[in-house]
Amino acid sequence: MSEFFAELFSYPFIVRAVIVGILVSLCASLLGVSLVLKRYSMIGDGLSHVGFGSLAVATALNVAPLSVSVPVVVLAAFLLLKVTENSKIKGDAAIALISTSSLALGVIVISLTTGMNVDVCNYMFGSILAMSKSDVKLSIALSVAVLVLFVVFYNRIFAITFDETFAKAIGLKTNLYSMLIALLTAITIVLGMRIMGVLLISSLIIFPALTSMRVCKKFKTVTISSAIVSVVCFFAGIVISYVFATPTGASIVIVNIVAFVAYWITGLVLRKAWLR
Amino acid sequence: MALLTCENVSLAYDGETVVSDLSFEVKPGDYLCIVGENGSGKSTLIAGLLGLKKPTAGFIAMGDGLKQTEIGYLPQQTNIQKDFPASVFEVILSGCLNSGNLLPFYTKRDKRKATDNMERLGLTNLKNRCYKELSGGQQQRVLLARSLCATKKLLILDEPFSGLDPIVSGEFYQLVRTINLEMKITVVMVSHDIRSAVENATMILHLNQKPLFFGRTADYIESEAGRRFIGGNGNV
Repeated sequence: MSEFFAELFSYPFIVRAVIVGILVSLCASLLGVSLVLKRYSMIGDGLSHVGFGSLAVATALNVAPLSVSVPVVVLAAFLLLKVTENSKIKGDAAIALISTSSLALGVIVISLTTGMNVDVCNYMFGSILAMSKSDVKLSIALSVAVLVLFVVFYNRIFAITFDETFAKAIGLKTNLYSMLIALLTAITIVLGMRIMGVLLISSLIIFPALTSMRVCKKFKTVTISSAIVSVVCFFAGIVISYVFATPTGASIVIVNIVAFVAYWITGLVLRKAWLR
Repeated sequence: MALLTCENVSLAYDGETVVSDLSFEVKPGDYLCIVGENGSGKSTLIAGLLGLKKPTAGFIAMGDGLKQTEIGYLPQQTNIQKDFPASVFEVILSGCLNSGNLLPFYTKRDKRKATDNMERLGLTNLKNRCYKELSGGQQQRVLLARSLCATKKLLILDEPFSGLDPIVSGEFYQLVRTINLEMKITVVMVSHDIRSAVENATMILHLNQKPLFFGRTADYIESEAGRRFIGGNGNV
């Protein structure tokens, strides 16, 4: 067993992917609890498509991908939030609008410049090879910032997620905190996108929270359980992807599905035992 | 000195004026019921009192050292998601967030306050239960405990009885009455239920976009607006 892990971690690109991946899944799962409960699950999906568009443009212009993606996706997150609030166009429609537009833009830019190739496939489904050394540094710094902000504002995030009107009435700046959540989500998405892939990154946000809610009944336990579930699933997914040479992102999602089913059954059994 | 003063207030909803030319005062210790038909501007007025909506004319002022963020507010039940994972204690504690404490965690004092209010409303044995698994009446009591954590002076309740059966809402009225009398907390309540409103409140504001009546409950029963509104429901 230890030999296996020694072998696994002898590849620097795997070590990089594991470090960044664990931090990103942690961030995603924590934010996910609030996003899922606020019915914003699809925001992750929409933002990742925006990320795809911006990556394509960055590649075409030959600049560092993260330095373009982060600001663009953050901007899109604010925009989505604003649109959802002053809903002339409904939230889900707005997300679909923005995500397909940026996907189309990205595909056009890629086909005009490099042509459709392996890179596109890697963007879409993720690649464990995606992380360079400088990416790792930036990713660690940003993830730590996300985690710290989440912990510091945890109680306020709970209050706003639970009952926004009340939170507003007792003087919490609900718009500010919504912006904060959007900002943190955007950063998390961009960081995780290249390991997980555009099409799968939102699973990191949605699955752990939904899984935990099958069993846990408190906000705190849901949050803690989400964090654990997401890190465990991520790691198991990486190992599976290494052993069976399967795509990383998809493997992680599969492990998440297994965890979801396991929690779901546990929840059913517990409820039955409780009723008896 | 009045706790709340509204003077010639107009409020708009989606650009349309729904309350106009409203003046009234709430004095410490009052129990004011705001009554009126659907769409008479009651909820918009509440939003105005809480500072969530700016009046388009006139002004709303706080007195007696009351800060806007120190109003205990019980929103309509519909604002809260039915499947939210949160324990009773977590919900009640969140009422303490207006204390200006910027720490990332709750202080001992916050927890003390939440525990006291939980005890006061008979919720102690539900402390670790999940909010969504409680009955409608229990949920309302949890939200009441939360709003008590946010205030020492003024409670604003927005239709706290919609969806509760008569026995439970009777108990809830009793509870609000006790809070008003024993804790000396001023109560402003929006209600559909004119009969119970007249039985419990000391002051009545009858709203139909314009104020039809504002004054003591006893005078309201004798007034024309009062007689017409109570009329169909039998004599009080």
